[in-house]
Amino acid sequence: MSSATSPGSLKTSPPAIELIELRKSFGTVQAVRDINLRIESGEVVAFLGPNGAGKTSTIDMVLGLSVPTRGEVRVFGRDPLDAVRRGLVSAVMQTGGLLKDLTVAETVAYTGLLFESARPANEVMERAGLTSVADRLVGKCSGGEQQRLRFAMALLPDPQLLLLDEPTQGMDVEGRRSFWSAIRRDADAGRTIVFATHYLEEADAYADRVVLIREGEIVADGTAAEVKALASGRTVRATYPDANEAALAALPGVDHVDVHGPSVMIHCSDSDAVARHLLTHTTARDLEITARGLEDAFVALTGTRSRSANDEREAITP
Amino acid sequence: MSAPFATSLNGDRGFPRWGGFKFAVVRLELRRQLRNRRTVIFTVAFPIFFFLIFGLNKVYASERVGQGNVSAFIMISMALYGAILSTSNGGATVSVERLSGWSRQLRITPLQPGAYIAVKMATSLVLGLVAIVAVYVVAMFTHKPSMPFALWIATGATIWIGSLLFAAYGLFIGYLLPSENVGQLIGFSLMLFSFGGGLFIPLSQFSHPLRVMASYTPLYGLNQLVHYPLVQGSFNWGWLANLVAWLIIFTVGAIWRFRKDTARV
Repeated sequence: MSSATSPGSLKTSPPAIELIELRKSFGTVQAVRDINLRIESGEVVAFLGPNGAGKTSTIDMVLGLSVPTRGEVRVFGRDPLDAVRRGLVSAVMQTGGLLKDLTVAETVAYTGLLFESARPANEVMERAGLTSVADRLVGKCSGGEQQRLRFAMALLPDPQLLLLDEPTQGMDVEGRRSFWSAIRRDADAGRTIVFATHYLEEADAYADRVVLIREGEIVADGTAAEVKALASGRTVRATYPDANEAALAALPGVDHVDVHGPSVMIHCSDSDAVARHLLTHTTARDLEITARGLEDAFVALTGTRSRSANDEREAITP
Repeated sequence: MSAPFATSLNGDRGFPRWGGFKFAVVRLELRRQLRNRRTVIFTVAFPIFFFLIFGLNKVYASERVGQGNVSAFIMISMALYGAILSTSNGGATVSVERLSGWSRQLRITPLQPGAYIAVKMATSLVLGLVAIVAVYVVAMFTHKPSMPFALWIATGATIWIGSLLFAAYGLFIGYLLPSENVGQLIGFSLMLFSFGGGLFIPLSQFSHPLRVMASYTPLYGLNQLVHYPLVQGSFNWGWLANLVAWLIIFTVGAIWRFRKDTARV
C-alpha cells in the first residue's frame, strides 16, 4: 500500500511505535501482558482481536492517556506525551469526544487552534468528506459523519502516526465503506497507520501487517497473507494406533499433530500430501479431511467468533 | 508520497506557546456558550428582570444610601448576581465536557490542562462582564440609579474581579459532579448563597442567629465588598476574610478534583 516508505529505507529513523515488555494491569486483571512490538514508519498495521483483548489499553498507552504498569512505550523514539504535544501522533477514538453544541466546522477550527501548526480546516474537512455538512451542529450529525469528523480532527496536525480505535464500530455498510476509502486515500501519503479492529475483513483489506492480540498477548504477527495462510489449512483425521507423532509433525506442510488414543488429528496446509503419505506409507485408515476455514482459525487464535468470518468462509473454503 | 499532505519524517516539531492557550479558542467557547439560550436567559435576562422589579420600586428606590440611592444599590446586587451566575456556569461546562469525552479528546492535543483552565476562566470572565454591563446599561436607561460616575466603574470592576471566586466554584462543582444537570444545581446553590449574602433581602431583616450563619456563606463577603464604594462607612476586615477563605476552599477543591480528573492511571 505504501511501498514508497518500506521499512528498509528508513533504518536510520526511530520506529513509529516501540513497545518494550509492555504491561498494563487493572487490579488483578492483566489487560496487556509484556508485549514487545516494533512498528516502522509507513506501515499500515491492524491490531486484530476480540473485545477485551487489550487493544484499547495498548493504544491508550501509546497516546499517553494511561501509564504502563511496567515496560516502556516509545513513539518516534520519544515519550508519548512529548509526541502528542508535537502533533506527531493523533487518534480517532471509539466514541464520544465531541461537543454537540459546536458545528462541524467550529469543532475542526477549535482543535486546529490547539496545535502549533495545523492543516487548514477546509482541507481536512474535504479529505474526510465533511464539506457538505460543515455548518451542521455535531449533535445533528449521523454516527458516520461524527466518525469522519474525528478523522478530520486527527488529520489536523498532519501526524506521522495515526491511531484508530475500532473506527467503524456501529457504522452501517455505506458509512464503513466511505470511512475506509478516506483512510485509504490518506495511507497513500505515507503516514503510519495503526488501527484496532475485531473485523477480520477490515484487517485483511486495509492492513499490510496484522498483529493478532488475545488476552493481552500477541498470538500472531505477520502480513495479512501470512495470517490468512494460518487460517486456510485443513485437518486430516485418521485412525492410526501406533502413530509416530514426531515423524508426522516432520512431514512437509504440517502445522501440528494431536494424538487422542487411536486417532490422530494432523493440521496442515497440504492435506493431499499428508493423506497420500498416510495411505501409502503407514497403517492409518478411516481418513477424514476437513477444511479449517478462517473462522476456525480466528477462534483458535483469538478465542472468539468473528461476525465477518462467515462471509469470507465461502470464498476461501473449497 | 505524491500526496497533498507533505508528511515530514523528521520529528523536529515544536509545541505551542502558553500550553495552547489562544484567544481564538476563548472566542469559540463564547460562541458555543452564547448559543445555549437557557444560559443567556438565566445569566443576562434574569438579573435585568429582577432589577426592573426591585430597583425601580417607587416606595424606596430613591432613598439615599451612602454616595447614591437604593436603586443603585440594587443595581449592584443584580449585576453581582448575573456575574456569579455567568462565571459559575462557565466553569461548570467542564462537567458536560467530561461526560461527552471532550476533555479526553483534548488530552490527545498539545493543550495543557492549565491552559484549558485558563480558557475556561477567560471565557467565564467575558460572560461575567456581559452580565454586568447588561444590568448597568439597562439600569442607566431607566435613569433611576444615582451615584457618582466613578462609582459605576469602581463597583462594576469590583464585581467583575470578585466574580472569579465563582468561576472557581463552577470548576469545582463541574469536576465534582459529572452530570448534565449540574447547571440546575449551580442555579439553586447560587440562589441560596444570594439569600445568605444579603443580595435579595437585606440581612438586617434576618433574626440574629440567621444573620450570624449568613455571614459565613460564600457570597457574604463579596456582596459587602462590592457595595462598599457606594455605602462606605466603616470597613469590616471580616468581609475580606470571608472572601479569601471561600476563594481558598473553591480553588483548592477545583485543583483537587482537576488533578484527579487529569491523572493518568
